[in-house]
Amino acid sequence: MIPEDIALQQLINGTYIIAAFLFIFGLKMLGKPDTAKRGNLLSAIGMLVAIVVTLLAREILSYQWIIMAAIVGAVIGALTARMVAMTSMPELVALFNGSGGLASLVVGWAALYSTGNSTFTVFTIFLAILIGGVTFTGSLVAWGKLSEVMPSGAIVFGAQRIVNGILLLALIYVGAMLCLNPSTSSPEFYAVIVLSLLFGVMVVIPIGGADMPVVISLLNSYSGLAACAAGFAINNIILIVAGSLVGAAGLILTNIMCKAMNRSLANVLFSGFGAVKTATKVEGEVKPIVAEDAFLILEAASNVAFVPGYGMAVAQAQHVVRELGELLEANGCEVSYAIHPVAGRMPGHMNVLLAEANVPYDQLIEMDEINPRIENVDVAVVIGANDVVNPAAREDENSPIYGMPIINVDKARTVFVLKRSMASGFSGVDNPLFFGDNTRMLFGDAKASISSVIAEFKT
Amino acid sequence: MEAVFLTFILMLSIFLGFELIAKVPATLHTPLMSGANAISGITVVGALLSAGSGHGEISGLLGAVAVALAMINVVGGYMVTDRMLAMFKKKETPDASTGGKR
Repeated sequence: MIPEDIALQQLINGTYIIAAFLFIFGLKMLGKPDTAKRGNLLSAIGMLVAIVVTLLAREILSYQWIIMAAIVGAVIGALTARMVAMTSMPELVALFNGSGGLASLVVGWAALYSTGNSTFTVFTIFLAILIGGVTFTGSLVAWGKLSEVMPSGAIVFGAQRIVNGILLLALIYVGAMLCLNPSTSSPEFYAVIVLSLLFGVMVVIPIGGADMPVVISLLNSYSGLAACAAGFAINNIILIVAGSLVGAAGLILTNIMCKAMNRSLANVLFSGFGAVKTATKVEGEVKPIVAEDAFLILEAASNVAFVPGYGMAVAQAQHVVRELGELLEANGCEVSYAIHPVAGRMPGHMNVLLAEANVPYDQLIEMDEINPRIENVDVAVVIGANDVVNPAAREDENSPIYGMPIINVDKARTVFVLKRSMASGFSGVDNPLFFGDNTRMLFGDAKASISSVIAEFKT
Repeated sequence: MEAVFLTFILMLSIFLGFELIAKVPATLHTPLMSGANAISGITVVGALLSAGSGHGEISGLLGAVAVALAMINVVGGYMVTDRMLAMFKKKETPDASTGGKR
């Protein structure tokens, strides 16, 4: 290398350190509500710095294609980010994730064209293609399930484990062949791509909708690891640092989600939820209630906790829930929103929806905070949540969700359950809560039900 | 040696990632995830290098495709995170009705 080139390379790597600093600091600030917005901005500036300084690199010979491609990507990204409704956020995160994963796959692919790759480099190229491919198709399947383009339940078939095992062995074999004989025209290379894409589909289809928070955060982690592997493939430090930061962050979130369901990651990934239905059958009488009576109870209450679930997102009921909350507060009642870590379809899903409806975040409280004082809650209003408030998780050892920590709404003085009908929840598990002595069922669309309670308040 | 050096960096970054995220409140899980997702679009840097590298036409074309895909991830990810975070508000105190909400 000529001296100017070395100096330029040093400038680029030095600037990458600044970018890495901005990412790290940005992520740290994202962890506190007060500073989160600035943290995200900081991390975006880090990205801009990294991109701009990379454009100076001596390796880049032509800019024409790059600029066109960058503009196309930026416009698509900006438009979708702007237009999508807050309720479809899980799908959108899955799609963005998928496009990042596919980008890493393609970067790995392109790296195979450069000459003189060591075996270690080819191995990392293989990893970039594998993880990128799994992230891409896995995210697509997750998107399909979340947006209900395809059935959102677990898709399980008899020989699934055998098929996956064979697939994994085949991947290891073609990966090894590629490392021994790296060539972009060999059939092994194309087999790596195809098998990786197929593997991504196979790992996500057996996972049911209620387990989606785990899958989304795991795929998020994968997209970071794919970028990291691509970084090894092209010897680029910023890819490795940023990619592994995201990889680790995603794993932590995945772990939090798994703990919130009292299941191991392996259990989520390999056993279709609801496949075993041996739980004790619950029988009893449900006590329906009408909006007028619900209003009378709420009006007399001095402490109300809303417990939202995925059903609130489906019914788009977050705004009316906030309105009811404000009416109750004006009535001298203490209102809180108790949110289970895995309520909804992605980590923090309910928090985002309630924030959209202008609920201040200090009113959103976590499971560990509400449970010790649940006895003092006059009315717990369960809106479209099921498994996360199912007492069977606490009491029935035969229940598939036994051991999962829940919000103990059944211990509140009164429980209202807003529910469309008596169908069982996503996991297909019966819920004894519905038959409890202190439970009243408010049947119908959650949004319509709450609106009629609000109407009662206003008359 | 290079491989060892890079792996060393990998290990430290992973530990750093664990430390950074471990104590984040549940309220911020979604923005955190989508913000991290945007960072994973860093692969755009690799895409830029391969798009302009002149290792041949196919490599350049692949690079350009990767640039577009990664840019969707980067721009979309940051913008949507920003949009979400703009909605998170503290309870307004009665005397601070104008401004100072954040």
